[in-house]
Amino acid sequence: MAFLKRLLLGEQGLLVIFVIAFAVVSVFVPSFLTERNMLGLFQSVVTIGIVSCTMMFCLASRDFDLSVGSIVAFTGMVAVMASNASGSIVIGLIAALACGTFVGFVNGAIIAKLKINALITTLATMQIVRGLALISSDGRAVGINDPGFYQLALSRFLGIPTPIWIMVALFCVFGFVLNRSVFGRNTLAIGGNPEASRLAGVNVDGMRIWIFTIQGLVCAVAGILLASRITSGQPNAATGLELSAISACVLGGVSLAGGRAAMTGVIVGVLILGIAENAMNLLNIQAFYQYLVRGLILLLAVLLDNVRSTGLGRK
Amino acid sequence: MADFLSFSHISKTYPGVKALSDVSFGVGKGSVHGLIGENGAGKSTLIRILSGDTAADDGEISVDGVAQHFGSTRDAFAAGVVVVHQELQLVPELTVAENLRLGRFPNRAGVIDFRSLKDEVNRRLKEIGLTVDADTKVSRLSLGERQMIEIAKAIMLDARVIALDEPTSSLSSQESEVLFRLIGELRAAGKVIIYISHRLDEIFRLCDGCTVLRDGKLAAHHPMMSDVTRESLVAEMVGREISDIWGWRGRPAGEVRLKVEAMSGARLPRPIDFEARAGEILGFFGLVGSGRSELMRLVYGADPRRSGKVSIDGVESSGTNPRRSIREGLVLCSEDRKFDGIVQGLSVAENIVISARRHFSPFGLLSLRREADTAADFIKQLRIRTPSAKQDIVNLSGGNQQKVLLARWLAESGVKVLIVDEPTRGIDVGAKAEIYELLYHLAEKGLAIVVVSSELPEVMGISDRVIVMCEGRIAARYERAEFNEHAILASALPDRTAGEPNKKAS
Repeated sequence: MAFLKRLLLGEQGLLVIFVIAFAVVSVFVPSFLTERNMLGLFQSVVTIGIVSCTMMFCLASRDFDLSVGSIVAFTGMVAVMASNASGSIVIGLIAALACGTFVGFVNGAIIAKLKINALITTLATMQIVRGLALISSDGRAVGINDPGFYQLALSRFLGIPTPIWIMVALFCVFGFVLNRSVFGRNTLAIGGNPEASRLAGVNVDGMRIWIFTIQGLVCAVAGILLASRITSGQPNAATGLELSAISACVLGGVSLAGGRAAMTGVIVGVLILGIAENAMNLLNIQAFYQYLVRGLILLLAVLLDNVRSTGLGRK
Repeated sequence: MADFLSFSHISKTYPGVKALSDVSFGVGKGSVHGLIGENGAGKSTLIRILSGDTAADDGEISVDGVAQHFGSTRDAFAAGVVVVHQELQLVPELTVAENLRLGRFPNRAGVIDFRSLKDEVNRRLKEIGLTVDADTKVSRLSLGERQMIEIAKAIMLDARVIALDEPTSSLSSQESEVLFRLIGELRAAGKVIIYISHRLDEIFRLCDGCTVLRDGKLAAHHPMMSDVTRESLVAEMVGREISDIWGWRGRPAGEVRLKVEAMSGARLPRPIDFEARAGEILGFFGLVGSGRSELMRLVYGADPRRSGKVSIDGVESSGTNPRRSIREGLVLCSEDRKFDGIVQGLSVAENIVISARRHFSPFGLLSLRREADTAADFIKQLRIRTPSAKQDIVNLSGGNQQKVLLARWLAESGVKVLIVDEPTRGIDVGAKAEIYELLYHLAEKGLAIVVVSSELPEVMGISDRVIVMCEGRIAARYERAEFNEHAILASALPDRTAGEPNKKAS
C-alpha cells in the first residue's frame, strides 16, 4: 500500500497512471491495441498535440492563449483559399504560416508592450480571428481544388502518417528548447518571477512576443494539417481547442501560475485525453459523455497534483 | 509563577532538515518575550507551529495550562493565539474596517451592517491610539500603518498571545516608536507578546526575557534580560564570539567609475547627481521613503527616467533598461529579495546563472556543464548553504538567498559598478559578516560599490563615504573621517527646523 502510494504520488505519478490506464484499456477494450487503432489515436491528437507544445510555453511564462482554436481554423482556411486562388500549394502554405505568425505576433505585442492582460487580449483576438475565418469563407466550408493538398495528411513515411511525424518532431524540438536553451529557461524564469527576471537582464517583453509569435506559427502548422485531413477549410473547425490544449498541459503538470513545465508531462496529458476519447469511441459511448469524462479526468489530475505537492511539504 | 504560554519538547522535521528538535520554554502573562536566532535557526518554524499553519511532529503547546492541538490558524485564533507575519496579510483594495473584520462581518441575513462595522472599528482604533479612519482603503496606508492594522486585527480577535515577526523591518523610526508604545500597552493589559527581531537593541528595549534558537535547538532561555548582554546574545546566536562584525578596511579610491547626473523620475522629481570611484564603498543612508531605492532603480534603468544620464568609466551609458545596464557593467541587487530578486521555482544554480549564461550559451543553447561548474564554484566560494545546486531557491534562508543574488552578478564577468540595496535585510549576524567581507573583496578588485541601507550602524560600519537622502534629495555627504551617528541621522530626518508634533508619519 505504502509502495503504491509512493508510486502514485512520486514525480512520475502521472506516467504511472498513464501506463496503468493504457494497460487497462488495452485489456478491456476490444480492438484498442491494434496498429490501425493506434495510428488513428495518434492522428486524432495531432492538432491538440501540436498546439500544446507552444501552449506549454505560454502557460509556463504565466500567460494564457485563448486564440489558438481560431488561429487553427483561420490558417486552415487561408491555406485552402490561397492554394485555390494561386494554384500553388506552396504559396497557400506560406500564406497560412505567415498569417498564423502575424496573429501570434499581434497577440504578443499587445500583451508585452501595451501591457494588456493576456486573457483579455487573446479572448479578443480569438473572436476577431474566428470572425475573419467566417467572413473570408462566407461561413461555408471551402473545398480544395488541388488533390495534392490531401497528400499532406495522407502521405506516410515508414508506414506512419506524416502529421504524426510532424507532431513527434515538434515534441522533440520544443522539449529540447524548454530544457536546453536559454529561451526555455528564460520562459520558466519569467513564469517564476517576471520582475526579478527583468532586473536580472532577461528581455521579458521580447520573450513574451516571441512566445506568442511561435504559438501563432505552430497553430498555423496545426491548421494546415487539419485542413488537409478534413479536405477543406472549415471556418468552424477546432472550436474549444484552446481549452483542450490547456487541459492537456495542466494534466501534464504545467502550472497555471507559471514557472513549472515539462514536455514529457504534456505529451502524457495529450495522450490521456486521446485515449479517453478513443476508448469511448470504440465502446460506442455517445460523444456527449466525452465532455463529462474529460472534465473529470482534468479534475482528478489536478487533485492528484495537489495531494502530491502537500505530501512533499510544498505550499 | 506558572507560564501562560508554554512550548514543550517541540520537534519538527522537513525533508532533509531537522527544523526544530526538542524545544521547550515558557512565557509568563503580561510580558514581552524576544525570540532570536540566525536565519534558519528555527524561529519561523516555531512561529508557524504556534500560528496553527503547520503541525509539530512531536511536543505540544499549551495556553493558560490547556494543551492545544492547532489544526489550522482558525484553531489558533479560537485559543487566542495570533501571529502577525512579516509579510502583511491585508487585502489592499478593502477598507481598514473591512480588513479588520474580514471573515466575521457583522451582518443581518448576509447583508453587511456597515454602520456598526465602522463604529466598532473606529472605537477600537481609537482605543489603541491609531489615527486612521475605518473607511480608508488599506492600499493608501503607509507600511507602518498597515503593520498597526495587523496588530489591531489581533487585538480584535481577543488574542491573548500575539507573536510579531520582524515587525519593524520596513518601518521608519517614528513608526517603530508608535509600535513600541502599543506593545507596552498590550503588555500592561496582560497579553503575552512574542517578539521576533534581528535588531538586538529592540530586544533589549522591549523584552522582559528572551529565547535564543540555534540550528533548531534551544541555545539559551533568559526569563529576565538583566543577566544578558548584547555580546552574550550574539555569542549564543552564532555559537562563537564575533567582535567586530563590520571589519572595515580602507583602500585607496581610484578614478570615477560611476557618474550620475540630473537623475529624476516619476517618484523622484528633483534631479540628483552623485559619483562613485573605483575601489570605493559608497553608502546611501536615508529613512524609508527618502527615495534611495527609487534613485538606484532609475540609475539601473529599472524604472523609466524623466531626465538624467549615467556614465561608466567616463563613457555615457545607453542603459535605459536593466539588460543594457548589465551589458555595460552596472548591476543592481534589489531591495526586496522575494519580490524582484529571486526567481521562485528555479533552482539555486539557475538563479545564479540566469544572467551570465548568455556568455557561454552559443546560439542560445545551454552548456549544462559550464552552468553546473559556475554554480558549484560560487556555492563553494560564497559558502552558500544548500543541500544541492538543484534545490529550489525558496527553500534557502534569507542570507543564502542573498548570497545567490550576489553570485548572480559575480558570475557576470565585466561588472564595474555594483549597487546593493539593503544587502543584509533579514539576514543573520554570521551571514552579514560574510557579505561585508565579500563587498570589501570586490572593492579591492576595483569595483565601485554603492550600498543602500536603512541601518545606520551598517552604513557607517562598511562605507568609505556616505550620502544621506531625505525626501527625494541629497541632504548631506560625509567622508569616513567625518562620520558621526548623530549628524548623519539628523540630516536624514525631515523637517529639522519646523517642529510639527502632529504631523502624520508617512
